[in-house]
Amino acid sequence: MNESPPGRLLPWALVTPALLWTLVFFVLPFIAMAALSFLEHGGGQATFDNYRQFLDNPSYWRAMVNSLEVTLTVTAISVLLAYPFAWILAEVVPQRLQRLALVLAILPFWTSYVVRSYSWLLVLAQNGVVNRALVGSGLVDAPLQLANTRAATIIGFVHFFVMLLTLTIFANLKQLSPSYRRAAADLGAGPLRTFLHVILPLTLPGIMVGAFLTFVLAIGDYITPQILGGNNELLMPQLIMMQIGRRGDFPLASALAIILMLVVTLAYLLCARWLKIERA
Amino acid sequence: MMRLAGKLLVSAYALAIYGFIFLPVVVLVLFSFQATSFPIPPFTGPSLRWYETVLADTRLTSALFNSVLVALLSSALAVALGFLAAWGFARHHLPRSGLLRGLITLPLTVSYLIIGMGMLILFNAAGIPRSLVAAGIGHVVINLPLCFAIIYSQMGDHQVNIERAARDLGAPEWKVLFLVSVPVLWPAIFASFFLSMTFSWDEFVISFLLTRFDTTLPVEIWNLLRSGLNPRTNAIGSLVFGVSIVFALLLELAFLRRSRR
Amino acid sequence: MTGPLVEIRKLSHSFGGHRALDEVSLHVEPGSYTVLLGPSGSGKTTLLSIIGGFVHPDEGSVFIRGNDFTRTPPAQRPTATVFQDYALFPHLSVGNNVGFGLRMRGVARAKRVGRSREALAMVGLADSYHKMPHQLSGGQRQRVALARSLVVEPAVLLLDEPLGALDLKLRRQMQDELKALQKRVGTAFIHVTHDQEEAMALADHCIVMNDGRIEDQGPPERVYSRPASRFSATFMGESTLLSGKVLDLGTDEIRIDTRVGLLSLAGAGEPGFDVSLAIRPEHITLVPEPGSVSLGEAAVTDVVFQGSFKRVSAVSAKDPGVAFIAKLRSSQPVAVGDTVTLYASPAEMVLLSR
Repeated sequence: MNESPPGRLLPWALVTPALLWTLVFFVLPFIAMAALSFLEHGGGQATFDNYRQFLDNPSYWRAMVNSLEVTLTVTAISVLLAYPFAWILAEVVPQRLQRLALVLAILPFWTSYVVRSYSWLLVLAQNGVVNRALVGSGLVDAPLQLANTRAATIIGFVHFFVMLLTLTIFANLKQLSPSYRRAAADLGAGPLRTFLHVILPLTLPGIMVGAFLTFVLAIGDYITPQILGGNNELLMPQLIMMQIGRRGDFPLASALAIILMLVVTLAYLLCARWLKIERA
Repeated sequence: MMRLAGKLLVSAYALAIYGFIFLPVVVLVLFSFQATSFPIPPFTGPSLRWYETVLADTRLTSALFNSVLVALLSSALAVALGFLAAWGFARHHLPRSGLLRGLITLPLTVSYLIIGMGMLILFNAAGIPRSLVAAGIGHVVINLPLCFAIIYSQMGDHQVNIERAARDLGAPEWKVLFLVSVPVLWPAIFASFFLSMTFSWDEFVISFLLTRFDTTLPVEIWNLLRSGLNPRTNAIGSLVFGVSIVFALLLELAFLRRSRR
Repeated sequence: MTGPLVEIRKLSHSFGGHRALDEVSLHVEPGSYTVLLGPSGSGKTTLLSIIGGFVHPDEGSVFIRGNDFTRTPPAQRPTATVFQDYALFPHLSVGNNVGFGLRMRGVARAKRVGRSREALAMVGLADSYHKMPHQLSGGQRQRVALARSLVVEPAVLLLDEPLGALDLKLRRQMQDELKALQKRVGTAFIHVTHDQEEAMALADHCIVMNDGRIEDQGPPERVYSRPASRFSATFMGESTLLSGKVLDLGTDEIRIDTRVGLLSLAGAGEPGFDVSLAIRPEHITLVPEPGSVSLGEAAVTDVVFQGSFKRVSAVSAKDPGVAFIAKLRSSQPVAVGDTVTLYASPAEMVLLSR
């Protein structure tokens, strides 16, 4: 639209600060990181060694496989737990209580990330509440090793993403016009068939977006696996932080970070077909 | 009979999920009132001794102060930059607008770890020392796209006409901005500010990488974790949770105000 | 000063590849009520936006009181716009909305309040000064928007589908109020609408637009009774269109070979030219009247009862491509499936060359 311009420069004056900020503190660092990933640690020579190390060293490979396994498991479990929950909040809970029920359901969302993981450590500790309950009820004889396991990492992640997905799926379900449901019922579909043939397909694009968000956020997270999983097995973010923290090997850390980003981009391209439905 | 079973099943499921969601928070808060030195059953409280310890700990209180300061300033800057950019893109025809808007929202897709690392590498190369300011800059990087996206999405056609009306009635651009656009978009501005506050307040990895001696609360809590399970961590964690709830409620109010409009 | 208040010279404008306005020229007289009538996409709103200064045209110019305002920003024009969605400032009270333009002009507060109150009283909302816009009904918001624009005393008031958001009954009522208000303040109004009834009720001067061009303009009575084009014959009210060829010329008459037979009527044309005859529905009858001619037999396809009359659709027996629309008295017995003979007077037919 040829909106009458109050001056040619004004629009640029408005958008330039944000663009500049993004360029200097986001794009430039990324370029620096990418450049560094092709340099030797300590020396200044150009090399592919950092990428080759990832391919050659099975323990690095393993970290990527662990990351993918954990993240995909977390995504699947979170969606499966959150969908029925969101459905109950949107369809079963009476209208006037819905807002309250939703606010309650995502209240712990607001605990700090570090504190949330620590809380799970408390719950899952050798003599924490879960083990006390299990032993006390006679279900197990001795406390189980729950903390510092992959299971603990997965539980910590699922806790966060169930809340996030409940929120997004709830919003999705509420957006559906009630007339869809009425129309389906009118045409003779029972509740189950209405759900399978009408509600589920209509909310699927929203679920895909939520699942992708879960995948992206979980695969890049350092805190949850570091606090809950311990160092028994490493995930990619832990491996990257290790290169920075213990060894000061920024070039290798950069290469690993870029590989991680490539994997996320690949995941995006694989999901793009479903993610696009949302935008249309 | 079937209906009753179904209702029971639904209630049981909802309660189980609520239980799962609240379990860690309840345990955290409950054992922050523990009287003895281990935050594990049995509960020996209630006692406020760990809160007293925590509030007397100058490292923690100064970290808390730092966190609030970084959150306030970085969010204010993120909202200001985001608002101006959103206004520019929504109201004027700029070449390659889609591409540039994509650039501003790009940081949303990259993990905080990688953003923080990239900034650390750049700052190291440029000789900029690690500091709270560096962490604050990082927080603007992650919150700017969010503020931009929220405010941009609220700049509908209706607002376009409202601003046109103001211009038509003789308002110069800066008056359109301060007398019309900002007040009309106030709920979105308010919401994005408080959302930024919460994100900055909770952010760990960027602060961890970019600060050195003076640091933010999440990093200080992280340092506490080295001592294992400790009621002090429960106490400070509960405090942080309390503050976040206040943010969340303010946010909720902002949206409620908007939906009443 | 004499001469037109607003003079539009050869305005052309494109959005992307679409030509929204194509060499449009027109005059608006002081104190007149001008209505721009056309379907959506006809360019009427673009034309209004250009007069208001919100869009700068690709070519052509806008003169107001003899001065060129083509590229002047809206704030510096002697125009004020009433937006379709009213665009009231939601965070300001009704009084402050109305006073906004005066505030921008640096009018002192006391004077501003006084004039805002007067303007609100003029639209019948004297007691709403302290209310917020969301507390008002649609019709009341419309009036506030009017007061807000009129209080700055524009030379021309521009109204963009001002009644579009109101329900039918309220629309007719506001229509009367608008007309009365315009007569009272004497400001020239330019009003955009797609509603032909609204156009006929309000306009001193009606401009029918289609596809970025002016199809017809003049007093609404003339535009209705003697439309200048096929488009205005069918858009400004309904018409039956008979296409045909000019056969030969008489002294004051031409003979036209239509698909339903030969018709003679007053007019001029070149033999062999394609023309159309437009007949308004109220001029088609079932019985011959003095001076009328037969249009042949037709099969009734639809009858809609509309209170004082019946709207009858029929298809010619000679050529199923010819569809008649007639307005008949309600008492006339006619039903779907009937075969009827239709009559019309050549004097009421309008010869259209395009």
